[in-house]
Amino acid sequence: MALASLRDVRFTYAYSDRPALDGITLEIESGMVHGIVGLNASGKTTLCSLIRGIVPHFHKGELEGSVEILGRDLLEWDPAELSRTIGCVFDNPFTQISGIRETVFEEIALGLENLGTPRAEMIERVERVVEQLGIEALVRKNPNGLSGGQRQKVAFASIIAMDADVIVIDEPTSQLDPDATDAVFGIIADLKAQGKSIVLVEHKIDLLAEYADRLTVLRAGRIVTTGAARDVLTSDELIAAEVPVPEVTELSRRLDAIGRPFVRTPITSAEAAAAVSARIQEASNAH
Amino acid sequence: MPIELYRAAFAYPDGSPALSSVTLRVGDGERLAIVGQNGAGKTTTVKLMNGLLKPTHGEVRVDGVLTTDRTTAQIARIVGYVFQNPDDQLFASDVRTEIEYLPRHLGWPDEMRTERVERAIDITGIRPHLDANPKDLPMAIRKFVAIAAVLVGACRYIVLDEPTAGLDARGLDLLRSMLDHLRDDGTAVVTITHDMRFVIDTFDRVVAMADGTVIADGRCADVFADDEVLHRARIKRLIVAQIARDLELSRTALTVDDVVALVP
Ligand SMILES: Nc1ncnc2c1ncn2[C@@H]1O[C@H](COP(=O)(O)OP(=O)(O)OP(=O)(O)O)[C@@H](O)[C@H]1O
Ligand SMILES: [Mg+2]
Repeated sequence: MALASLRDVRFTYAYSDRPALDGITLEIESGMVHGIVGLNASGKTTLCSLIRGIVPHFHKGELEGSVEILGRDLLEWDPAELSRTIGCVFDNPFTQISGIRETVFEEIALGLENLGTPRAEMIERVERVVEQLGIEALVRKNPNGLSGGQRQKVAFASIIAMDADVIVIDEPTSQLDPDATDAVFGIIADLKAQGKSIVLVEHKIDLLAEYADRLTVLRAGRIVTTGAARDVLTSDELIAAEVPVPEVTELSRRLDAIGRPFVRTPITSAEAAAAVSARIQEASNAH
Repeated sequence: MPIELYRAAFAYPDGSPALSSVTLRVGDGERLAIVGQNGAGKTTTVKLMNGLLKPTHGEVRVDGVLTTDRTTAQIARIVGYVFQNPDDQLFASDVRTEIEYLPRHLGWPDEMRTERVERAIDITGIRPHLDANPKDLPMAIRKFVAIAAVLVGACRYIVLDEPTAGLDARGLDLLRSMLDHLRDDGTAVVTITHDMRFVIDTFDRVVAMADGTVIADGRCADVFADDEVLHRARIKRLIVAQIARDLELSRTALTVDDVVALVP
């Protein structure tokens, strides 16, 4: 069953004169990492909110077209049930911390507590994400005394601990150092390996190239292109939507422009390393 | 006159030792980036520069005067700080009021106020949003509003805490041209960021922090050539530069251009 199936969707926020999403027809399959890219304000967050039912249940507005989540019409879902079914990490780590718990450990456990998870299991799950993110040193700290990146890690950990089958993640690494960013993507890969479905909004195109199966490119509320990550990343539509190509793809394009193209356009770092390595080999054979 | 931190240490009230010893100098009109692991002490360091925090040990001087001898308000006129979280800074219910707050508070003449406000609006690109409530704007634009509110004051030093977070390609271009603008004006800018590409493309000098101290301070080319520094500060060189290094094409390649030239 598809995670989400949207037909001719248009959504306009109350008091807004322009739709935030328009003409959206999109099938998001289960069991994959589905990346969403586009300029700021292109509709990425609204699309996430729609899949999670925040739009139109909490943020009011006019919804046209049809939205099915896990085979059921969005308007027929009970909002509370939908929020338990789909975990959601918002793009502002500063507002996602509850502020009502004394320690990071309790903060991460809060969602599980609300779900009525048995204590032993709760502790085990929290310990697991704490280890995955390498934030052992923070568990006793007050969540209000964290650095920006530490807050983002805790917000992410709280949602991952809840172990939902579908997780919508809006810019999980905006405040993170490069190592921590890799750790978050490692966890996302793990979740997928466990059969979970992930919808991921992210500006870091190099990492999407490594981890996303499918990509959707938005511009001004409309889909510019959608499909297999490789096809999208090597398409001209991506550039037209002002989304940067991965660094290794840029390298390839530059070599192309000076008449020294790679045989195949790389999108991941392993592919680029192999392509450069082959060229070094050729050059040394020629001698 | 510079900003100088000499063996500055800081611990938060809950006892967290955030900075063990930081020695750092920011010259007049200089521009530099601070990078490093989450929790390294970057935000704490810049809050010491503008007097929001005062060192628990060591010294911080702005224009030769110890920050402990001045009020935060006095220092904030010289060193403007744009918060990592714009919501810690913004308070007005519309953007224009937010940006005009400081000039009105300081009782600037109309002409001067208008000139500074217009300039701040132009170089941050927020003109389309002047009537909006900052709360209704996307995070990236809120951040530019926060920057504009600081640029209005004629600070000689500006500190930007993670301005690249969540920015798209257009936003990054805007930020880069804003930095150029400020350099031409002779304003010094300290930028904290986790975007290594932005650092390499935009800054000559980079300061790397780890565990409450500065572990490297120098030209990008030198800092990014040092594996030990990258490891401790949890930062990375560009992917293509790493490939060039792994394949023994170069130990100093920094930019995509460098690597284009190296591929046989
Ligand atoms: N208000 C606070 N109370 C207690 N400890 C704090 C507070 N703010 C920061 N800290 C701690 O001080 C240390 C340095 O934090 P700081 O915010 O300076 O880091 P940073 O380098 O800016 O990190 P990031 O990249 O995540 O923004 C961290 O260990 C953090 O947990
Ligand atoms: Mg910080």
